[in-house]
Amino acid sequence: MADTTLIAENDILARFPEGVSQDERKGYQGYIVAADRLVEFATALRDEFGYDYLSSVTGVDYLPEGKMEVVYHAYKSTGGGALVFKVQVPREDAVVPSLVGVYKGADFQEREAWDLLGIRFEGHPNLKRILMWEGFAGHPLRKDWKEAYFEEEKKPFDSRWPGGDVYRAEDKNPFGKNVVYPEKFDPEKWTPVGEEGFYGGLRGFDAGDGDEDLKTEQVVVNLGPQHPSTHGVFRMVVSLEGETVVRLEPVMGYLHRNHEKIGERNTYLMNIPFTDRLDYLASMSNNWGYVQAVEKLLGDKAKVPERAEYLRVIMAEFTRIVNHVFAIGTLLNDLGAFFTPMLYALEERELILDIFEAVAGSRMMCNYFRFGGVARDLPPGVYEKMRDLVFERLPRKIDELDRYLTENEIVRARCEGVGVLTPEEAIAYSAAGPVLRASGVPYDVRRADPYGIYDRFDFDVAVRYHGDVYDRYLVRLDEIRQSIRILQQALDDLPEGEIISGKPKYSIRVPAGEAYGRVEGPKGELGFYIVSDGSANPWRYHVRAPSFINLTALGKMCEGDKVADAIIILGSIDIVLGETDR
Amino acid sequence: MYGKGILKGLGVTLKHFIDTYVDDIRMGKSRYGTEKGIAYRSSKDARGIFTVQYPEEKLPTPEEFRFIPFLVYDEGEDGEREIRCTSCGICAKVCPPQCIWIHRSKDPETGRPVPEPAEFFIDVDVCMNCGLCAEFCPFDAIIMDHDYELAVYDRHANNIYDKEKLLKPAEYYKDIRPRNYALQEAARAEKAAKKSAAKARRGKA
Repeated sequence: MADTTLIAENDILARFPEGVSQDERKGYQGYIVAADRLVEFATALRDEFGYDYLSSVTGVDYLPEGKMEVVYHAYKSTGGGALVFKVQVPREDAVVPSLVGVYKGADFQEREAWDLLGIRFEGHPNLKRILMWEGFAGHPLRKDWKEAYFEEEKKPFDSRWPGGDVYRAEDKNPFGKNVVYPEKFDPEKWTPVGEEGFYGGLRGFDAGDGDEDLKTEQVVVNLGPQHPSTHGVFRMVVSLEGETVVRLEPVMGYLHRNHEKIGERNTYLMNIPFTDRLDYLASMSNNWGYVQAVEKLLGDKAKVPERAEYLRVIMAEFTRIVNHVFAIGTLLNDLGAFFTPMLYALEERELILDIFEAVAGSRMMCNYFRFGGVARDLPPGVYEKMRDLVFERLPRKIDELDRYLTENEIVRARCEGVGVLTPEEAIAYSAAGPVLRASGVPYDVRRADPYGIYDRFDFDVAVRYHGDVYDRYLVRLDEIRQSIRILQQALDDLPEGEIISGKPKYSIRVPAGEAYGRVEGPKGELGFYIVSDGSANPWRYHVRAPSFINLTALGKMCEGDKVADAIIILGSIDIVLGETDR
Repeated sequence: MYGKGILKGLGVTLKHFIDTYVDDIRMGKSRYGTEKGIAYRSSKDARGIFTVQYPEEKLPTPEEFRFIPFLVYDEGEDGEREIRCTSCGICAKVCPPQCIWIHRSKDPETGRPVPEPAEFFIDVDVCMNCGLCAEFCPFDAIIMDHDYELAVYDRHANNIYDKEKLLKPAEYYKDIRPRNYALQEAARAEKAAKKSAAKARRGKA
């Protein structure tokens, strides 16, 4: 669709004179859509206005007003800012029409909103819990839900100071006594019975393909949750016809800890180290996404000094290299090339982690970004170390990795043409990062909707066009090269000066309103949606996790491929379970 | 030629393999078990095998490295321990997993709070080593440690650290973080000088 045929965003209210209104709450943006017009509105948005990429779907529980709100962030795949639209429904009977028919990428996100907030999406083909299990009572992100070790509504807890007499939460509140099950649910008697119980998600399967002469039967295989190829505790339920995958459904949530509920109990500053634990291979980018969202709310109070802007770019690009060499290493592991490629990749990662350790104090849990700057300046000697790496060692070593793997006939035979995702599908499924760009969509948040100081650097958006596993590998390799280019420019231009604006404060109040901050994390678009009510703790804290949303397309990519290929397709998406399950 | 890619790749592995031995011969005994050897293996020039043989060899910890906080005390003139902490509670308030517990002292006669902790606990099972307590302490009284070998047999008996276990001398702090220590000492000296100057001015007036 050419851009000229699209209607401009300003005309939305003219196009929908009824059922759509501007969101006029202070600090909020976008449109409020009546629930019964939602599907029509979204379809028009996609087809007539060009907002074909639905990035984020989430809910907010406005308990005092008795309302439940669903928030959608849509973008144009050609670049530009967000179009935010919302649906408000009564809290007690929260029913919203599903958008899976319009944007396939809404699938898992709507299931998550049902699971955690109890918003029912009418018309969703498979609306069941995704992160929690069936024996879980309630919807934990609702504001009136209390966790098993509940102590107090908000941190800091009063029991810690001035009369802090230590105890362990589990001693005071022993597990078992504080667990609630849903009505009519007896955990002693409950066992998932038969095929239906184990593989409920595969209800659609149909044994035999109508060929009367040759009777065949489909076999259901569980890959994981304890399986080295799944990169953590993750399960793929696969229906097989011979060796060919007929259907595949990812099952997740084994590492779920309700990061978002913890985030809503925390003060704003406390969340920064918690974001490290999302995608624990790329903690610097996670930090950035979160502080960016809060800085949007803080406005001019948190203006980032020049030197800090450069340090942020440097750290984020190093993180991208760390993540991509690791992803390539594990992909080769999945292919069966055990640990030699992995260890060559780890060598470079190790040298970069040394730098993180010297600057931030920790190799992986960096906790380096602060609102309005960064935590620490570079200690003596680190700048030289960075230069040595970026100008000397990394370019040489990435070429070596390229020479080592790219033309390997086995790698090519296993990866080419496997797990294909067309550009249309990639956009529809809200795929992000290398998965999207390997499908021929040159969408990179650093270019499409620049943040920080990325508009100053000269780099190319890596893009490949086959959409298969091999191209996802190549895109990562290209991106490492582009990151080195950005790093070379950033290190050359790094100015002297302040690293944080104002005096660092341990408790900040954030003006009421909403903000969505997104960065191009190594795994894709990483977004943080924050609603502030003006107090010291966020009212709503949501993470748009690329590892989680990229899995929406996993089933589609694996259909028709061999079961052994499912492993490398998963490897090529590059998930981290800390972020997928949150 | 089919198989050329594989041969090229094998060439890379072969080079890594040979590099290890070339380095072994070139550096002799100093490649393993010496500071020089460890520094070389974690430098940009490292080639061949780069593993550091823990626990026989250990990577040097950079100054900013952070692990489980400890409390600093200065040694008084008569060898008495002067705890820097005033039990203001900022660390307990900023702690993300809320693992710091402070019991403030009270004057037994007046019942007014005294700026000294009666008890100070850190649940190290819960601590996430983020370093925010040390970052926001206004008295440089709580500092992140470098000792990461904390394995114990029984976490219930050992892993809630009390004041006794947390206290470490300022000398130790100076030892692990010389640069930060010098900076903070300079800032403190400047503050003290300003204070005494203000006092002197008030005395004159």
